[in-house]
Amino acid sequence: MSAILEVSQLTKQYNSGSRSLQVLQDINFTVEKGASCSIVGPSGSGKTTLLGLCAGLDAPSSGEIALNRIKLSALTEDERAQVRNQFVGFVFQNFQLIPTLTALENVMVPMELRGEKGAGKIARELLERVGLGDRVTHYPSQLSGGEQQRVSIARAFSNRPKILFADEPTGNLDEETSEKIEQLLFELNHEQGTTLIMVTHDLELARKTDRIIRLKGGKLVEEELVVS
Amino acid sequence: MAWRDSRRSRSRLFLFTSSIILGISALVAINSFRDSLFDEINNQAKGLLGADLVIESNKPVPTERLYYLDSLGSEWSRESAFASMIYFPRTDGTRLVQVRALEGNFPYYGEIETLPAEAARKFQMGKTALVDQTLMLQYDVDVGDEVKVGEMSFEIVGKLQQVPGQSGITATVAPVVYIPFRYLEQTGLVQRGSRINYNFYYKFGDEAQATRLVESEKEKWDTMGFDWETIEDRKKSTGEAFGNLTNFLNLVAFVALLLGCVGVASAVHIYIKEKLSIVSVLRCLGVKGWQAFKIYLFQISVMGFIGSVIGAVLGSLLQGYLPELMKDFIPMTLDVGFSWSSVAEGIVLGTVISVLFALIPLLTIRHVSPLRAIRASFEEQVASRDKLVWLVGGLVMLFVFGFAWIQIKKPLDALFFTIGLVFAFAVLVGLSKLVMVMVRKYFPTEWSYVWRQGLANLYRPQNQTLILITSIGLGTALITTLYLVQDILVDKVSISGSGDRPNMVLFDIQTDQKEEISQLTLDYDMPVIQEVPIVTMRLLEVEGTTLADLKADTTIDMPKWAFNREYRVTYRDDLIDSEEIFDGTWHGETESSGDSILVSISKGYAENLNLKIGDEMIFNVQGAVIKTYVSSFRNIDWNRVQTNFLVVFPTGVLEQAPQFHVLVTRTDNKELSARYQQAIVRSYPNISIVDLELILKTLDDILGKVAFVIRFMALFSIVTGLLVLIGSVIISKFQRVQESVLLRTLGAVKKQVFQITAMEYLILGALASLAGVLLSLVGSWLLAVFTFEAPFVPTVLPMVITFSIITLLTMIIGLSNSRGIVSKPPLEILRNET
Repeated sequence: MSAILEVSQLTKQYNSGSRSLQVLQDINFTVEKGASCSIVGPSGSGKTTLLGLCAGLDAPSSGEIALNRIKLSALTEDERAQVRNQFVGFVFQNFQLIPTLTALENVMVPMELRGEKGAGKIARELLERVGLGDRVTHYPSQLSGGEQQRVSIARAFSNRPKILFADEPTGNLDEETSEKIEQLLFELNHEQGTTLIMVTHDLELARKTDRIIRLKGGKLVEEELVVS
Repeated sequence: MAWRDSRRSRSRLFLFTSSIILGISALVAINSFRDSLFDEINNQAKGLLGADLVIESNKPVPTERLYYLDSLGSEWSRESAFASMIYFPRTDGTRLVQVRALEGNFPYYGEIETLPAEAARKFQMGKTALVDQTLMLQYDVDVGDEVKVGEMSFEIVGKLQQVPGQSGITATVAPVVYIPFRYLEQTGLVQRGSRINYNFYYKFGDEAQATRLVESEKEKWDTMGFDWETIEDRKKSTGEAFGNLTNFLNLVAFVALLLGCVGVASAVHIYIKEKLSIVSVLRCLGVKGWQAFKIYLFQISVMGFIGSVIGAVLGSLLQGYLPELMKDFIPMTLDVGFSWSSVAEGIVLGTVISVLFALIPLLTIRHVSPLRAIRASFEEQVASRDKLVWLVGGLVMLFVFGFAWIQIKKPLDALFFTIGLVFAFAVLVGLSKLVMVMVRKYFPTEWSYVWRQGLANLYRPQNQTLILITSIGLGTALITTLYLVQDILVDKVSISGSGDRPNMVLFDIQTDQKEEISQLTLDYDMPVIQEVPIVTMRLLEVEGTTLADLKADTTIDMPKWAFNREYRVTYRDDLIDSEEIFDGTWHGETESSGDSILVSISKGYAENLNLKIGDEMIFNVQGAVIKTYVSSFRNIDWNRVQTNFLVVFPTGVLEQAPQFHVLVTRTDNKELSARYQQAIVRSYPNISIVDLELILKTLDDILGKVAFVIRFMALFSIVTGLLVLIGSVIISKFQRVQESVLLRTLGAVKKQVFQITAMEYLILGALASLAGVLLSLVGSWLLAVFTFEAPFVPTVLPMVITFSIITLLTMIIGLSNSRGIVSKPPLEILRNET
């Protein structure tokens, strides 16, 4: 199998006035196509920052990230946006749906941005797949937390991403709903052969992925292969 | 709590208050200016009149009455004032001016300011004159040159800078030339039928004596046909004139303030929306609805107060500039002082206004449910039918009406103003709702995504359609109305000068000069478009009612001026093209001397006097009493350059009466016009020439100055409107930021985010400004028809310009807002915002 995500000597520091804060230091790892991987660690260890950098949401201070063999550091913000639109799907802890769009419209957005035809049909199918076929015209504020996360999963898969980044996808949900969401996430991951990178506090959830990357104080302290 | 909560929003709160700042500064500046002006009028009233008492007559005063006038006071001056042509021999210039032949030490208060200063007192000693400074500049003449007034030449000994009671503007319309009274006869300008005002200025050294004298003698003066004015009268009339001006400006400032209110209301509306989650958390912690309401009420009141204080200070500074701005309109020098009352009024008003207009959105806080804090799926509660909201709405309208009433002093006008404003609001709100419904209903599904997204933002939840269309629309309406009204006024004047209509009128042609003048005109290749005889007369009786009856019985509904004025009447056997018969029958001829004399009356005049067809009118034609009957009413287009008359006699009656003639001609050639005027003035100094080109130019100049004052004040409205716009758009950034960042996260490129934003603001800006322009068209049309009584032909250009600028500006401000979002990495903003 070939690598879809290659991270080498990655560092990130934030400057605030005269002070600088080292968030990530010398991170190296590779994720193969179709694999699943979780990033765990205590609060403030740099998990979300690492995820954001891998997804091209921000630029590293030094080091390199190659996503689907495309070196992100060589790209402008607009080019990175196009990479995200083509290869990447997102699921956030707080769902991040666009409040002014209906469930259906939210799912359609990535396809619409690419100018794809038939976005409505695909979005409807995806919503049905996540069990929200009857809620397509509802606005996010009219949906429960679990339902909103399901919409956000449908959206994440709408552009058939090569890699899916999930930031604490069940962090805001109850146990029962969390389980359903996890199940949905792994099923879709399997069905579509998408690589899954997930940040989580939940070690049990992390154990469901192929591999666990442990961060502490911005450093990669341990890599563990999960044997299922 | 209010203080702590405001810490992170203070910059945003300050933006709300900036609209209040501008509105209040405009109001305070104008009110302070008004206070200074009225103080100054009181201080300088003596200087405005120049004497304790002025007695005026527009008829020559016989010698025995002169003795009487002499007996009224020990110190007096006399002046004969009339319009006449003058001629500057060295530069060959001619111009219609106001000649004042003065004898005595007038002015007793204030000064005739001249350069050199002593010329004002010296000119009466020799054959010398004082000439208006601007006129001298225009005609390139200097002290020491000659000026010919009638048949007589005078040496110019001084440039007139300021005449008591005269403002810069009056000097532009009728520049003054002072000559010594004793040379008046020799100018040859005092002839039968000449229109001369005879003024007698008295100094008593005691204002009360003037008032006592008026009380004891006014009956007598009435019968003698005298008019009079005391310092108190002048104070009142000047005060009234400027009262109107400041009231108008106050209203403009008030509208600026109202726009500020719209800004406050819309800003608070969105501010509160953002605060709902905090309020719900507070509610969970046990804060009562009313307590939460008070927290934000306190925030808004403090910001309103701060804004008002800053506005009042700015306004006080600004009023220092107003006298400079209006110097051409004010007949005195003006020292501005600090008006504590205006400042206090501004601060109170600003605070009250910000609270009042913020109340409606603030009241919703009372109903925020604590449930919102714990449930992600919390739906906006439908605004309940809150009686308090209606009450506050009523208070707002009452406030607008009350304030407009105080400003314009006429309850009916204030009511119309309020209704107009409510109507404008209703139209804009209706339009916003209509847009939302229509866009949703006829949504163009086949358009590309970014256009659809931009368009859909107009009706989606948290849209800004209503707020932006109302605030921007109202601002645009006001600004465009100001432009259109200005156009109406300018048009009203320039209509007269357009096409091949006459542009020069010669007055005071004596009967024996008539033929020669006609010939001279034709010799200069100019047409004699009209030649009209004019007979002066006075009205003695209407249907048996005389002036004495009017004085004895105040219930008679007829104006006294009808009997006091001098009538200039013509006679002819046909109608001219500026008039048409409205009622009755036109009789152009009286065949034999025994026939009834049937006259035609102008419609407006007939309405003033309540005349009916067949009414009897008796005129005194320079000693001869003539009985006439009203046979027709004419509609007259007064905007045309024709000699139009209130009363027209048939031929066969007045031919032998003493009369003078008016000749109307036209030329487009400026050089020819100048040579023709010089020829007339040199050979016929008694004839006055009204050059319409010159008048139009002067009027243009005056209107330009008036327009500048209006525009300066409108600037407040424009800047406030802009602030409302910037405020609304910047606040809306907080609504759109999450959406834009998410779009970026999902892979939208900069261009797409820009296009979506541009589309939304382009449509909003275009709709709002279009609605504003259309509203202003209705408003201007109403003003044209009911206030200015002028035809309304709106010029398209200013409307197109306003529309384009406002639309573009809305879009630019909207786009510049999203610039920050697209230029930063999404992760950074996502972390900050979520």
